[in-house]
Amino acid sequence: MINEVLYMNGYGLYVWSSFAFTLSCFCILYSVIKLQLVKEQKKFKARFENLDTDKIEIAKKQETYKEILATSSASKI
Amino acid sequence: MLNYLKPNNLLKIINKTQKFVFIIFLVIISIGLVEALILSPEDYKQSDSVRIMYVHVPAAWISLGIFSLIAFLSFGILVFKNKNLSLITKSLAPSGFVFNVIALVTGSIWGKPTWGTWWAWDARITSMLLLAFFYLMFLLSWRVTDNEEKAVKISSYIAIIGLINVPIIKFSVEWWSTLHQPSSVNIFTETSIHASMLLPLGIMTAAFALFSLLIFLMKYNTELIKIKNKGLDRL
Repeated sequence: MINEVLYMNGYGLYVWSSFAFTLSCFCILYSVIKLQLVKEQKKFKARFENLDTDKIEIAKKQETYKEILATSSASKI
Repeated sequence: MLNYLKPNNLLKIINKTQKFVFIIFLVIISIGLVEALILSPEDYKQSDSVRIMYVHVPAAWISLGIFSLIAFLSFGILVFKNKNLSLITKSLAPSGFVFNVIALVTGSIWGKPTWGTWWAWDARITSMLLLAFFYLMFLLSWRVTDNEEKAVKISSYIAIIGLINVPIIKFSVEWWSTLHQPSSVNIFTETSIHASMLLPLGIMTAAFALFSLLIFLMKYNTELIKIKNKGLDRL
């Protein structure tokens, strides 16, 4: 059974390499985009912490900044 | 309705949906892989090599779909000067390009056992290669210039010009004599694929669509944070 699935009537190399290539592309793309997201979240958090106290208070009142700060410490995925 | 398009609401929605889309994607791709590699029958002519179709065809469909969407949104960018639309097109392009590359490479792998060659300069394959170049130019247009307005304009024009290639890809197998087979799945006419093969094809297409949605959400999120990062200077 396992040999049949692997060999696929002589087409195994073609079929498995196609699926392996596709899944590798998925993993690479996901990792690259995820790294970019985490990098931007960290950059934002670092810059936010370096702001003056007054500016932090102004920013904290804005919903968007709250949302970014809420997700930057623990990413959702 | 327009309230949902405000950045803070969008960020909330994106952060909530990313995890959900990721889990659904993992479930559907697992079912799709079992269907495509084990449960679906072999073809009477192509034998097991037909299984390559389950990654090749959805990748080609989605790359074409994403490019068409980018091109139509680009019209909107040029007409309405909407910055949010340019963020959407920028976030859609990476997954569209990767799906285009997957379609080309898996098509080439499928070509060897079926046609006896890795590559042929026939109309369908060449026009798909051209689409990859349009994707590449679109992505590079954001990198070659620091002027964001200029980048938005250049990328929009590239997408609109590239849209001419989309019907060429679709009808290339009918207009010219090609090695590539005509489409087997049709919306308006009869589909020539058996239901036992149509099911895994549908599942894999759904999985690929979910993956591109996931990448779009993550990239869009990144772009929004970049803008907010710049906004910190103006506080």
